[in-house]
Amino acid sequence: MSPRTFPLGPPPYPLGEPLVRREGREKVTGAARYAAEHTPPNCAYGWPVAAGIPRGRVAAVDTAEALALPGVITVLTHENAPRLAAAEDPTLSLLQEDRVPHRGWYVALAVADTIETARAAAEAVRVTYETDDDADVLLRADHPRMYEPEKVNGGYPGTRERGDFEGAFAAAPVTVDATYHVPPLHNHPMEPHASTAHWSEGHLTVHDSSQGATKVCEDLAALFKLDTSEITVVSEHVGGGFGSKGTPRPQVVLAVMAARHTGRPVKVSVPRREMPAVVGHRAPTIQRVRLGAGNDGVITALSHEIATHTSTVTEFVEQAAVPARVMYASPNSRTVHRVVPLDVPTPSWMRAPGECPGMYALESAMDELAVQLGMDPIELRMRNEPDTEPDSDRAFSSRHLVGALRDGAERFRWLPRDPRPGVRREGDLLLGTGVAASTYPVLIAASAAEAHADRDGTFRIRVNATDIGTGARTVLAQIAAGALMAPEDRVRIEIGNSDLPPAMLAGGSAGIGSWGWVVHKACTALRARLRDHVGPLPADGLTVAADTRQETSERSPYARHSFGATFAEVQVDTVTGEIRVRRLMGVFAAGRILNPRTARSQFIGGMTMGLGMALTEDSEVDPEFGGFAGCDLAGYHVPACADAPRIEAYWVEEEDPHLNPMGSKGIGEIGIVGTAAAVTNAVWHATGVRLRDIPLTPDKVLPHL
Amino acid sequence: MQPTNQPADAGGARAAGAARSGTGAGTHAGTATARPARPAEAAAEQSSALVLHVNGTAYELTLDHRTTVLDVLREHLGLTGAKKGCDHGQCGACTVLVEGRRANSCLMLAVAQDGRHITTIEGLADGERLHPLQEAFVERDALQCGYCTPGQICSAVGVLQEAADGFPSHVTPADAPQGGPVQLTVEEIRERMSGNLCRCGAYPRIVEAVHDVSTDQGVAS
Repeated sequence: MSPRTFPLGPPPYPLGEPLVRREGREKVTGAARYAAEHTPPNCAYGWPVAAGIPRGRVAAVDTAEALALPGVITVLTHENAPRLAAAEDPTLSLLQEDRVPHRGWYVALAVADTIETARAAAEAVRVTYETDDDADVLLRADHPRMYEPEKVNGGYPGTRERGDFEGAFAAAPVTVDATYHVPPLHNHPMEPHASTAHWSEGHLTVHDSSQGATKVCEDLAALFKLDTSEITVVSEHVGGGFGSKGTPRPQVVLAVMAARHTGRPVKVSVPRREMPAVVGHRAPTIQRVRLGAGNDGVITALSHEIATHTSTVTEFVEQAAVPARVMYASPNSRTVHRVVPLDVPTPSWMRAPGECPGMYALESAMDELAVQLGMDPIELRMRNEPDTEPDSDRAFSSRHLVGALRDGAERFRWLPRDPRPGVRREGDLLLGTGVAASTYPVLIAASAAEAHADRDGTFRIRVNATDIGTGARTVLAQIAAGALMAPEDRVRIEIGNSDLPPAMLAGGSAGIGSWGWVVHKACTALRARLRDHVGPLPADGLTVAADTRQETSERSPYARHSFGATFAEVQVDTVTGEIRVRRLMGVFAAGRILNPRTARSQFIGGMTMGLGMALTEDSEVDPEFGGFAGCDLAGYHVPACADAPRIEAYWVEEEDPHLNPMGSKGIGEIGIVGTAAAVTNAVWHATGVRLRDIPLTPDKVLPHL
Repeated sequence: MQPTNQPADAGGARAAGAARSGTGAGTHAGTATARPARPAEAAAEQSSALVLHVNGTAYELTLDHRTTVLDVLREHLGLTGAKKGCDHGQCGACTVLVEGRRANSCLMLAVAQDGRHITTIEGLADGERLHPLQEAFVERDALQCGYCTPGQICSAVGVLQEAADGFPSHVTPADAPQGGPVQLTVEEIRERMSGNLCRCGAYPRIVEAVHDVSTDQGVAS
């Protein structure tokens, strides 16, 4: 089979144009409604009760006091909640049994007429537990229950070996052996997870804060033993997700349960401080990286070993060693994941799972190697540029890491750079610069769409895409208009509803590639139909349906990844230990950029989250009580406006015929990938102190200054 | 060991709930007047009649004393532009203007705001004509998911007024003239907008949007 290729050349207008976000006006006027902002008549409110023990079982639930409160409708517990079918995702198997796998697991739901009463009722529920005294919540690399999983998140093999790492490492004249720590990290989208569920004439309608209503609909159908035709899930506007809304989360199951049990519409929002325990988190990783190189900087041995945790509920393994299989040529390589199930909340996806924490460690180690060699870190990366994907030996469909590094170096004014650390002073401040590479895979999934031409010359595109803030609605209109060769303002886009043709969720930076491909296909076919059509269109117009099952099932013979280079300049206050980023710049090679305005926002957004990862975002499981200690926005510091300096994003022109009809690679995640290492490498350059335990908060920095 | 569920933040809500009867605030979106509470005497203890002026409309409401301004707006008046991001005054998504000054509406009990004038994001545009900050946010793409956006914009309205009124910030130079308008540099905007979190990372664009408008209004440098 010859590989599928797509024509190169300039994209059809308006693809690639910086069109203004379609729902911008609704969002700035407050008219855009999110999941909790639909209040059907007679709507009740659910408030969850979170387990207050690290591990054990619910011995008894006394709901008398709660039920005595005026306005309380019911309290659902494992004793009276509707029975669910077995869940594909066990974190959704809620109120089905007495087991408490971790602190914060939901053990009851109070339902009342008002939000105030529901909250008071939840607080009045008396839960008695049998607590296991030996809850095990602390991740250690030498944990005796560590094992090597066969697969890690994304379906990648847990372990890969090529050549003889140990021998090559022992023989290498220059080596780095360093261990890096990444704490648990929390997605914390601004919109808490919320659902409003409403049964009407046998049909269930759910407004859910989700990255993919198709998957929510399918999972609800399975759990509640319904047909998907009996359920409509709406996710029209979603207040961010960053992975944490990728698949259904507890609130939607609780809302549907409560609506079924009470016969009333029910709204459930996850309180902010309960989110870390129930919506997933980035699992902490302890990462040992060993690099062996010749004096010329060419790497001969590369090992990346991950130790991480999962919960006892389900296995999720952060695939942090996977990017090391993509980045640098090395004849001898070893990448290993080890995981231990602890009595902790279940980890899940957070922006660039795997690549983000893995590249923090790998790119830090590369910086350490450059220092050992006395070589510019950009030069070191160029010397280790592979001809083919190291792990698979497949050719890259396109790889412009070197171009991104060069372009960035010029824009950032990287050179001239004195490589010595700790020599640039401005009063009490020490200054430094750092660089790191980034990568993210090109993923794609089958989707379906309909393109419809109306008699009045307008078009309607129907596809269950989700716009979680990416600009998907806008870019899909551009793709459709380009394929139809029609003005963009005559194209209406319908997304965010499970009644629409089913589509890939907004995740894995795969949204536009997946949805755009099928929209392009449907529109191209519709245009052909219109060209062949004689006379006026029928009264109900013309509709073409398409799906990409065939196209997306073909395995590409190419290794397809985005690449990028991130540059940072920091200042370190030698009196307080405070680090501030002065400049942050990313240059990306991510295929064709379909809307520069919204793309720039996504790149900058990813880099901002990476800045938080480097400097402010910290979480830990409380060793005594289990659960996350700092679980709200006061205890977990996401960057604020004053933390964000000048942040710039650029991209290199990249034409790749092996992707999809748009030539795009996906841009939602790569922005975060190289940022933490760029910042922490700059901190080393500023201070001469190598700190391998992010975030670099003042208490960690100051003792070394 | 048999501990009992005792949330750390139970606060006064439990006591308030124990003797309560009826809530009296069951009106649906857009209704200007709440229906009467039941039964009357219990409601008199646990709820109060009050007037809130929201975006120029006077709403006569009988409200549970536990009800925040944010929940009144969102659940009783159908004004869902103000967002609930944390319910703890940590994120700023619920920012509205109370008597012209920005405030976290999740931290304000409605019963304590009787007679106050509140402006929400829904009240900023002049008919179809957007407020200059709303226009600037769209033009600069100073938003992504949009959930923090109404709070950011209301906060920015407050910032412009505070600067015009001479309120200093943490980054205002100590030798700046007293009382006069504060020049809204980029640094001032960053500092003053830091009570409004944005997880999508739209900060650089937000600063540009606010700077555009403050420049037009002559309060920027």
